Amino acid sequence: MSTDKKKISRQPMPEQEPRVRARNFDEVPFGYSPETAMLEASRCLQCKKPKCVEGCPVNVKIPEFIGLIADGDFIGAARKLKETNALPAVCGRVCPQEAQCESRCVVGKKGEPVAIGRLERFAADYERQQQAVSRPEMAPPTGKKVAIVGSGPAGLTCAGDLIKLGHRVTIFEALHKTGGVLVYGIPEFRLPKAIVQAEVDYLASLGVHIEVNHVVGMVDTVDELLEEYDAIFVGTGAGLPVFMNIPGENLNGVYSANEYLTRSNLMKAYLFPAYDTPVAVGRRVAVFGGGNVAMDASRTALRLGAEKSYIVYRRSHEEMPARGEEIHHAEEEGVDFQLLANPLRIVGDDQGCVTGVECIRMALGEPDESGRRRPVPVEGSEFVLEVDTVVVAIGNGPNPLIPKTTPGLDLTRRGNILADEETGRTSRDGVFAGGDIVTGAATVIMAMGAGKKAAAAMHEYLVS
Amino acid sequence: MNRIIAKAEYSRDPAVKMMEIEAPAIARKAKGGQFIVLRVSETGERIPLTIADTDVDRGTVTIVFQEVGKTTADLGRLEEGDEILDFIGPLGQPTHMDNYGAVLCIAGGIGIAPVHNIIRELKRHGNRVITIMGARTQDLLFWEDKMRAVSDEVHVTTDDGSYGRKGLVTAVEQELLEADRDARDISLVIGIGPPIMMKFVAKTSEPFGVKTLVSLNSIMVDATGMCGACRVTVGGKTRFVCVDGPEFDGHQVDFDELMQRQRMYLEQEKRSMELLLQHRAGCDCGGCRQEEI
Repeated sequence: MSTDKKKISRQPMPEQEPRVRARNFDEVPFGYSPETAMLEASRCLQCKKPKCVEGCPVNVKIPEFIGLIADGDFIGAARKLKETNALPAVCGRVCPQEAQCESRCVVGKKGEPVAIGRLERFAADYERQQQAVSRPEMAPPTGKKVAIVGSGPAGLTCAGDLIKLGHRVTIFEALHKTGGVLVYGIPEFRLPKAIVQAEVDYLASLGVHIEVNHVVGMVDTVDELLEEYDAIFVGTGAGLPVFMNIPGENLNGVYSANEYLTRSNLMKAYLFPAYDTPVAVGRRVAVFGGGNVAMDASRTALRLGAEKSYIVYRRSHEEMPARGEEIHHAEEEGVDFQLLANPLRIVGDDQGCVTGVECIRMALGEPDESGRRRPVPVEGSEFVLEVDTVVVAIGNGPNPLIPKTTPGLDLTRRGNILADEETGRTSRDGVFAGGDIVTGAATVIMAMGAGKKAAAAMHEYLVS
Repeated sequence: MNRIIAKAEYSRDPAVKMMEIEAPAIARKAKGGQFIVLRVSETGERIPLTIADTDVDRGTVTIVFQEVGKTTADLGRLEEGDEILDFIGPLGQPTHMDNYGAVLCIAGGIGIAPVHNIIRELKRHGNRVITIMGARTQDLLFWEDKMRAVSDEVHVTTDDGSYGRKGLVTAVEQELLEADRDARDISLVIGIGPPIMMKFVAKTSEPFGVKTLVSLNSIMVDATGMCGACRVTVGGKTRFVCVDGPEFDGHQVDFDELMQRQRMYLEQEKRSMELLLQHRAGCDCGGCRQEEI
């Protein structure tokens, strides 16, 4: 039987043609059919000591759910996933599987690994489309009240676990829509907002109370919340854009990735004028950075109508932090990668509008603290990219609203909240934290893992 | 939530309107100088407006706005009893309050409303407040009685001389600061109004060496420090108006950059307004917008 398995190759996921999809905001991949999913699932060796599970920040029971798909029990597979992962439809789409579960897959040693992410996505989508989402077992009410600050992946996961344990849960969200980075940051073509909404609706159906338009740190403080709530989870994310600090960054047409993506995703500027919020529809766009956010911005630019979309990244292809699939998709869609190039200044016209970016070529030198080879400028290699829009996607710092207004909350030098990695405990009694506000900008699944661990620790704190 | 419990029209052309909105949590917390963000409809834009007044007992927040674009035009159509879809605040840093001695408050146009809120608090801190309020023409002046009730001294100007003294607020500012040159009672100038007015209020006070606060009204999206749309150069450094401001040292603000950044979406704003007017002229079915999509 195992010899048969080796003959089946990793099943591709059908997707929109690059040239077509680069001009629309619909999701890029279509997902597996049940037949393809079963075929792909049959490639799993069902290891006794599965390495893939160790590679997953929330330890999804991978062989079990894949086994259920192979047997055709798709809804069973979805439920198995949900035992450990509250948002499988999201993770199946945005997790860096190649660096996590799939990197450990034994099948991948000699060939291509089992497509765990695609199977996760399939099972979760199937359950949702069949409207077979079931209500989990709920513990009897404990009478304890919990406040979750921020409705991104960390907060949603934490809320989902705590409500099931019988606590009363309220999520406070600063924006008018729930989901955090899943709605303002990740574009529709990568994560359809209907999927996020379905997850949020599900939490609401379990009894999670959600208050949008509520900015903790302004309308009230963590200390005021503690008068009403028995414990608080802070999952406010990495919401402070970092700029390059180069000349010309305040010219019209220069955006932080947060602004560019928020305008397009949350405010639906791509549907302007049907939606009121505008965004510059650049003819030629340069995005600075090499992470997932940079890929999202460069691909959004194409979809908004740009003729030319550049990625400007100071290291080489190999060092780019973005998921392989995102880079691949961007390349297919025609994004022009200016690698080993660093922006020096942004130039503008007399109206204060961007006309170009002056860059310099870089070469890789000795490895730095991060282990990646340090880029050094090549003297005399300056060149100009003619662009009318620039998006700076080089990272985010912690949003200071809560750290600034919560006395006694210990912070790192960078302003992140100091929290125990295993429990999310902070220096303040009853205050827990997790996700990007603690780690600095990381991944959706890392934030979910932190939300999950914090929920367990908060439960213990609440009942003991 | 966010129900409009009172509405008034202060002028017709251009339309300046006042709304008192039920928002008890914001009313309880808001201080002078802070602002709110609102969104009128599911397809609407988020815009910031400075808080004009709060009433903790009534649980209300008052805003005064001029209909300058699509969002404010949509907002102006709402009536008493209607609800504002999203109403978020208080945002930004409050005006730093202290006993400064004498404070010269300069309000232009719809800037009159937020200045009134600040004056009330300045009085509570024992300050003597001299107020200059100005507008293009008499029709655009409002709250003179309220300003007189809270200020120790009030000067009124109109650009066209239709009411009060003819000329700009800065002419009076110049005279008052000159008269105070020896006594130096005035230790703070607060100027709120159109950016061009604030620029010249700051320019006028600079030679006198009197600290000058201005309240900037840049373009914002989230208004919680997340997007950086509102960035402005103050003293050579980039600051975010939404979380570091909205008030800054007027002598340090790069007003030309601020005004340039405010023009970023002029074309789109015009297009939105044209479509709105077409729609209003054509019908009132509410379905037109759908067809545009």
